[in-house]
This record gives sequence, C-alpha cells and structure tokens, in this order.
Amino acid sequence: MTSVRWAKVRLLAMPYVVVVLLLVLWEVLNRLTNISSVILPAPSTIFSALIRYHEVIAENAVHTFVTAMIGFGLGVVTGVVIGFATGISPAIYSSVYPLLVAFNAIPKVALLPLFVLWAGIGMVPAVLTALTLAFFPIAVNVATGLATIDPEMNDLMRSLGARQDEILLKVGIPRAMPFLFASLKIAISLAFVGTVISETVASNDGIGFLMMSASSSFNVPLVFAGVFVIAVMAVAAYGVCSLVEQRMIHWAFRTHQ
Amino acid sequence: MNAPVVALASASAAAVAHSRPFVQLNSVSLSFGGPNGLLALDRVSIEVSDGEFAAVVGPSGCGKSTLMKLVTGLLRPSSGTVSVGGNIVTQPIKCVGMAFQNSTLMPWRNTLHNVMLPLEIVQPFKRERRQRYDEHKARAERLLQAVGLGDFGSQYPWQLSGGMQQRANLCRALVHEPKLLMLDEPFASLDAFTREELWTIMQDLWLRQKFSAILVSHDLREAVFLADTVYVLSKRPGTVICRKRVDVPRPRTIANSFEPHFVDIVHELRDKIMQARA
Repeated sequence: MTSVRWAKVRLLAMPYVVVVLLLVLWEVLNRLTNISSVILPAPSTIFSALIRYHEVIAENAVHTFVTAMIGFGLGVVTGVVIGFATGISPAIYSSVYPLLVAFNAIPKVALLPLFVLWAGIGMVPAVLTALTLAFFPIAVNVATGLATIDPEMNDLMRSLGARQDEILLKVGIPRAMPFLFASLKIAISLAFVGTVISETVASNDGIGFLMMSASSSFNVPLVFAGVFVIAVMAVAAYGVCSLVEQRMIHWAFRTHQ
Repeated sequence: MNAPVVALASASAAAVAHSRPFVQLNSVSLSFGGPNGLLALDRVSIEVSDGEFAAVVGPSGCGKSTLMKLVTGLLRPSSGTVSVGGNIVTQPIKCVGMAFQNSTLMPWRNTLHNVMLPLEIVQPFKRERRQRYDEHKARAERLLQAVGLGDFGSQYPWQLSGGMQQRANLCRALVHEPKLLMLDEPFASLDAFTREELWTIMQDLWLRQKFSAILVSHDLREAVFLADTVYVLSKRPGTVICRKRVDVPRPRTIANSFEPHFVDIVHELRDKIMQARA
C-alpha cells in the first residue's frame, strides 16, 4: 500500500525533478565553460533579471495573456462553429474542408503584414494571429467527433424513432466532447504562439515586444526571462484546460477500476 | 388478448397460433447496388405472430443482419413487402427494441441512464419524461434488478464486464416495452457460460413481457433454446430453406438443451445448414 503511494508521489514529482536537474546542469555547465551571458546566461542570471525587471515583465505578461485569451476565445467560437457545420453536413464538409486545409498550410507570419495593414500595430493583429492559429485544430476535431458516429449507434437511435437533431444531441455532441477538449489544449498553446509572434513584429506591448527590445539592446537575460514567463503562462493555461476537461468528460478517462 | 398468450406460452411451446402475423415478410428480395447488383436476399417469406419468438440462422454472409434492417425499416426491399403490425414498412419503424453484438452503450451515460435512453426518445414516454422521471427511473431500475444488475445502475458501461454490458443492453432494448424485439447476435461475443446465463435471462424477460422477437444467430443451440420457430437461410443469396417449430415446453432450462429431443432438433438444423453451405 505505502509502496503504491510512494510510486504515485514519485510519478507526480518526476517533471519537477527533471526541470530542477536540467537547471542545475545548465548552471554548472555555464560556470565551468564561463560562457558569456550575452550568448547564454545562466539560470541564476535569468532569475535575477526576472526579479530586477519584474514590474515591466508583469505589465507585458498581462498584456500578452489577455491578448492570447481573446484570440483563443474567438478561436474556440470560430472553430466550434466551423467544426459543427462541417461535422453535421457532408456537403459543407466536402466544400469547406479543402479550403480549411489550404488556409492552415499558410504560415501565419505571412499574414501578419496584412493584419497590420488592415488594423495597424498593437493588439488587433496579435489577436488575429492567435485566432487563425487556434481555430483550426478545434474545427477539425469537432468535425471528426461529429462525423464519426458509430453506425450501430445510429441504427439504434433511428430504430427508436429519433430525429436527426435528437441523434446529434444525444450521440454526436457528447461524442465530440473529448475531441473538442483535446483540441482546446493544443489551441491554447497555439494562441500564445500566435500572440508572441505578432508582438515581436507589430506591437509596442507584450512579452514578444519586450523580448525584441531586450535583444536589440543585448539584454539577453531579460530575453530568457521573457521566454520563461511565456512558458509558465502557456503551461498554466494548458493545465486549466486539462482540469476543465477532466471535470467535464470524466467518462473519457477510464482510469479507475 | 395478451393474457391467454402468456398462459399458453408458459404451458406449451405450441402456443402461438394467431391468424394475423405481427411481422410479415412477403417474398422479400434485396440487392445492393441496383437491380443487377449483389443479390443479398432472394424471395424470403417469414411470419412472426404476436408474442412469438422467431430465430433466423444460416451460414455467415447469408444476409441475416440485412434481414434485421429490412424488418426495422432501416433498409427498403428491392421487391416484396415487409409489414409490421399490419402496416407496410416504408421508413424506420418506431417502438422496436434492438440489441446488437456490440452493446453500443454510451460511455458518457451511466448504466441506468443508458437503459433510460429510449424513454427520452419514444412517445409517450418522451412527452412525460419530466413529470414522470421518477416513474421512468423506477421502471429502468426494476429491469436492471430483473437481470441482476440492480446494484450497477450508477456504474459506467466500461466499468462492467461484457456479459453485464449485454444484460444492460437487453434492458435498454426492452425498457419502452416494444411490441417487437430485434436481436442481432447479441450474445456472440460472450463466453459460453455467460451466454447460457443470458439465454435464460432473455427467456424470462420474454415470458414476462410477451413481445414478438426476431433473433439472428449462428448459434443453433441458442436459436433452439430461445425460439418458437427457427428459419434456416441458405448462403448468399439468402433464401429460407427450412422452417422448424421448436416444441420444447417453456420455461426451458439449460439442462433441457442437453436432452435428446432438443439435441435432435439442433442436429436437424445443423444438417440443413451443412447442405446450404455445400
């Protein structure tokens, strides 16, 4: 019993242990090789930059976070609407899906000049970039979940006299939920990617902008501090998505028993 | 009209003698992919009376499952007519219970709510599902109790064993008291002991509710155990080559299935199928 619990604790602690070990290794190598902090600053240097610039970092982090969340939120709405439409109608699926794939193949950085042209620099192009990155996995997953109803389940519902909308409500939507939540976890990370990319190019706020201006003044520890803050925010947002997922669709996690 | 059927059926297997069949397939053919396509069923005629338990057996690929879809209106025949309850079937019929080899229980619903699913779709239950929720719940719980799953209503299907899932599946097929139960090899994926246990449970449910039933199976003992009448289909294109009345008294027990008369019937059907395969 205690060995089982110990194994569980070890499993939970593993990622933290690995992170700490990597940081220690990094620090040691840095000191041994005496590498310049303009090339690769040691974790301790990054940490002190984090403390020294905490006000400006916090301000820009909030900006990035809000931008990413708006982009993510709009991406969820767009993705669910498109996914729903393509999932329930083969006609819409066959007409829209190739377009979606083509659109997804475009590097979103290539669209940024357009966004800036249309909306100026600042938050709007960042939101748009986050949105265009985030909606695609959601749309594809929702469509897949809705379109792949088990034929026997379909027969069963029809033999009970269920209408098409009842089949959708009682089978399609619950079935699509695990697909939706899996895609939300991907989309939320992509929203941060899109936001930061846009901020580095076309913004005067946000972590992306901060990193860009820090690197142009060779303040490399601050660049790394920015990377660290983005990673923490993205992991936290991913964690929230995971928690919501486990609460909403606990049946899809068949771990117990 | 129902009461004497129950009395007769439990007394003797020669119970079913009605003038008007409840389910009637009249020279039904079906070909996939147009008139020159693959002929799956060839002029099949089957009659199932009110409260009769029929079984259809045959070599694999003979169109047994196609037959099920024709009766329930999920497929339309190429020629001939299917009628249920005196009406020609032209669209998916309502008020039929179905159970397949896969239990097709919904993983996001617990067992009780899976069983209650038809009550949310089939009238008049659907109309009353809010006011009479407790009544509906009690009805589903009684059924689960009857198949020995009384304590498992709150469990999710994936927490149950295969046999338990199939029992829940039968409950779901019967909860709305359909006049017709369609069984498409519902016990095929179970081990031998569980299968026999479920035959008995199935028979008990049938003796209680007295619906008409059509079982599709490749297990001859199963067909003979459960059915009043067994139809043997030939290999593709499927056609009825033998119709056998099973005159073993009800309720039948597993021990009955090893008695000479029962075994003789199984052997007779087996010979027919061997001929059909040749």
